[in-house]
Amino acid sequence: MTILDQTAARPLRGGQLAKSRNGSVERAQGRIGLVFVSLYTLLLVVFGVLPSLYAIYLAFTKRGAFAGFDNFIRVFKDYRFLPAVEHVGLFLVVWLVSLVVLVVLLALIVHSIGVRWLSTSMRFLYYIPGALAGASSVMLWLFVLDPTVSPVAFVLHGLGLNSLVGAVQADRLPFVLAVIAFWTGAGGWIVVMYGALNNISKDLIEAARVDGAGPIRTAWSIQIPLMRKWIAYMVILSFAGGTQLFVEPRVLSQASRGVVSQDYSLNQLAFLYAFKQSDFNGSAAISLVLLIVSLGLSIFFVFKGGLFERV
Amino acid sequence: MKLTRIIVGLSALMAASPALSAELTVWADATRQPAVEAFQAAHPEITVNLIVDDGSSGASGTFQTKIGLADQAGEGWPDVVFSTQNNDAAWASKETNGVQAFAQVLNEGFLDQAFLDGFTPGALDPVTVDGKVYGLRNDLAPVLFWYNKALLDQFGYAPPATWEDYQALGDKLAADHPGYFLGAIGDSFEGPYVYYWSGEAPIFQVDGDTFKSDTAAANTVKVNNLIDHMVANKTLTLDSLFGAAFVATADHLVAIPGAAWYAGALFQNPGGVNAKAGDWVAAPPLYWTDGAKVTGNVGGGVWYASSHTANADAVKVFLQFIVSDEKTAGTGGLPAYKSAADKWLDAQASSGFYAGDFKAAISAAAASVWSGWGYPNFSPETAWAKVITPGLASGKTMADLAADWQQEMKNEAQVVGYTVE
Repeated sequence: MTILDQTAARPLRGGQLAKSRNGSVERAQGRIGLVFVSLYTLLLVVFGVLPSLYAIYLAFTKRGAFAGFDNFIRVFKDYRFLPAVEHVGLFLVVWLVSLVVLVVLLALIVHSIGVRWLSTSMRFLYYIPGALAGASSVMLWLFVLDPTVSPVAFVLHGLGLNSLVGAVQADRLPFVLAVIAFWTGAGGWIVVMYGALNNISKDLIEAARVDGAGPIRTAWSIQIPLMRKWIAYMVILSFAGGTQLFVEPRVLSQASRGVVSQDYSLNQLAFLYAFKQSDFNGSAAISLVLLIVSLGLSIFFVFKGGLFERV
Repeated sequence: MKLTRIIVGLSALMAASPALSAELTVWADATRQPAVEAFQAAHPEITVNLIVDDGSSGASGTFQTKIGLADQAGEGWPDVVFSTQNNDAAWASKETNGVQAFAQVLNEGFLDQAFLDGFTPGALDPVTVDGKVYGLRNDLAPVLFWYNKALLDQFGYAPPATWEDYQALGDKLAADHPGYFLGAIGDSFEGPYVYYWSGEAPIFQVDGDTFKSDTAAANTVKVNNLIDHMVANKTLTLDSLFGAAFVATADHLVAIPGAAWYAGALFQNPGGVNAKAGDWVAAPPLYWTDGAKVTGNVGGGVWYASSHTANADAVKVFLQFIVSDEKTAGTGGLPAYKSAADKWLDAQASSGFYAGDFKAAISAAAASVWSGWGYPNFSPETAWAKVITPGLASGKTMADLAADWQQEMKNEAQVVGYTVE
C-alpha cells in the first residue's frame, strides 16, 4: 500500500511543477483544447443531446398531450419486454466478464513478452478484427457458424451443432453474440491496457521484484490495481455499447430467416415499436429506460473506478 | 434571390405542363428493376427515380419503416411502392398518428373500373379493405404440385393427387429409396402458406378487428400430423430451399408442393434445382380426400400508389403499364392481370420446359386459393421462424409446438391492435 501511495504522489508533484513554471502555456493549451473539442461538442449536441431531449418529450406524451408514465407502463406490460431484458442482461454478463478477465490477462501476457517484434505483432494481430464494423463482422461469423460452409465445421459438429439454426438457438445466442463482440472489440482494449501497463513506473515493478514478488504476485498486487481506472473505463463504454445491442441480432435475424427473432434485444424492440407499430412514444420510453440504466451504472463505475480522481 | 427566382420559374413551368416534367419516385426491389426500366423506355416523358430496396421480403417491414419515417417527418413519401408482401394494405389503408393513410384508394374513380375488372378474379382480395382497393397485385403465387416425372416413372410410382397420396408416397420412398424426398420446410413461408393454407387449416384468420387462430381444429391437426410424419421419415427436410444443403441434394427431390414462382426461382434456376427440360410437371394442387379443392398462396407482390402524390396522372400511367403490359407484367411470375397472364401461360406452355398441361394446372390453382386465410398487419412467418424452425431443429414435433406457435401469433396480433379470440 505504501508503494502505491508513493506513485500516486509522484505525478502530482510533476504537475504542480509544470503549473508553477509557466501559467500562460497552460492557458494557450486550454484554448487549443477548446478548439479541439468544439466540433465534437457540436456533433454531440446535434446528434446526442437534442435527440435525447426529443426522446424525453416523446416518452412522456401521447399525441402531443402529457401522458405521465402511460408509455412506460404499456411497454413494461408488453410480452416481449422481459425476454428482451433477459437476453440483453445475459449477453452483458457473459461479455463483460469475459472482456475484463481475458483482456487484462492478455494485456499482461503481451506486456511481459520481452521480445519486441513478437509483442508488437501480437498487438497488431489482436487489433485487426477491431477494424471491421459490427455488421461486417457478423457477416463473417455467419460463415464460421454455418456448419455447411464453415472452415471450422469439425468444431461445430463436435459441439453437436449441425445447422446454422442449431448454432444460433436462443439459449446459445448470448454466448455467440459475446464471442462476436469480444472478437471485434477486445483487440482495441488490449492495446489500451498495454498502454496503461506501460504507464506504470519501472521502478515500482523493480521494487516489487526486489521484495520477492513473482510475475503473478506483481500482476495481482501492483499492475491490476493501477489499471483500475482503465478497466472501469472499458466497462463503462462496453456496457453502454452492449445495452444498445442491435446490429448483430438484426443481421443474424435476417440471415437465419427469422430464427433469431426481430425482438431479441431492447433496442430492436424500440425499433419495432417505432416502425412496426408506429408508436414512437413507446419506442422513446424504451430508449429512455436504457439511457437511465446505462447512466446509473456508468455513474457507479465512474466513482467505484475513481475515473474522475485527479492524480 | 436569383436562385429563388429560378425555382419559382421552374415550378411555374412544372405546373403549366405536367405531362412534360412529371417525375415519379418509385421504391421497388431489384427483381422489379427491369420492369421499371421497361416503363421508362416506353414512357420517356415521365422521369422515374427508382430507389431499390428489399421489397420487404421475409416480412422485413422495410416499406412500413420508411413510410413511418416519412409520416414522422411530414415529407419524403414516394409516389409508387412495390412490396413482396400482400398484407401491407392492413396498415397502409389506415391513418397513422394523425397522418392520412399512405395508400391511395385505387377504385372509386382513381382508375377505371373497366381496367380493374381485368384482374384475375380474387387477385385483388388481399388488398381490398371494406370494398376499397388499395393496391394492384403484380403477380399471383398460388400453390400447386410440382413433380419430377422422370424419377417417378423410374421408381414406378403414380403422382399423388391428394395430401393422403402425398404422405403415402413419402412412406414408399423412405422404405425403398432412402435419401429421396418430397419437400422442405426450412424457410418461414413453406409451413404456413404451402402446408397450412393449402390444407385449409384455420390458423390465420381475420374478421374485422378480430384475429383468430385455431391450432386444434381438425384440418390443423391433419397438417400437423402430415408434417410430423414426413419429417420423421425424412421425406420432408428442414433445409431452406435456397440453402447450400438443399441445393446439394436437389437431384434427390422427387416432388414438392409450392408456389407458381418456383418455376423460375427453383426449377429453372442453375443455383437451385436446375431441372432438365421435360423432367418436371406442374400439376394441380393437392387437397384432402374429404375436403374442398382449394390451395394456398405464397406472396405475389403488390404495387401501391401514394395518397400524397403530386403526380396522380403519371402514377396512373405507371400502374396500368406495370401490371398489364404483356411483356412486363408479372416480372417473371404469373401476372395477376388476366390478359397478360394468358399470354405468359401460352409462352410458358409453348416453351415446352414443363411436361404435362402447365397452363391448366396453374389456371386451376390460381382460381382456387382458399379464402379462409387472413391478411392482418403482421405475418405468420415471424412466429413460425421464432417458434417452429428452432423447435423442429431441436427434435420437437408440430404436435408439441402448435400451441406455442398459436400463442406467439396471438401475442403479435394483440401488439398490433387486434382483438384476439
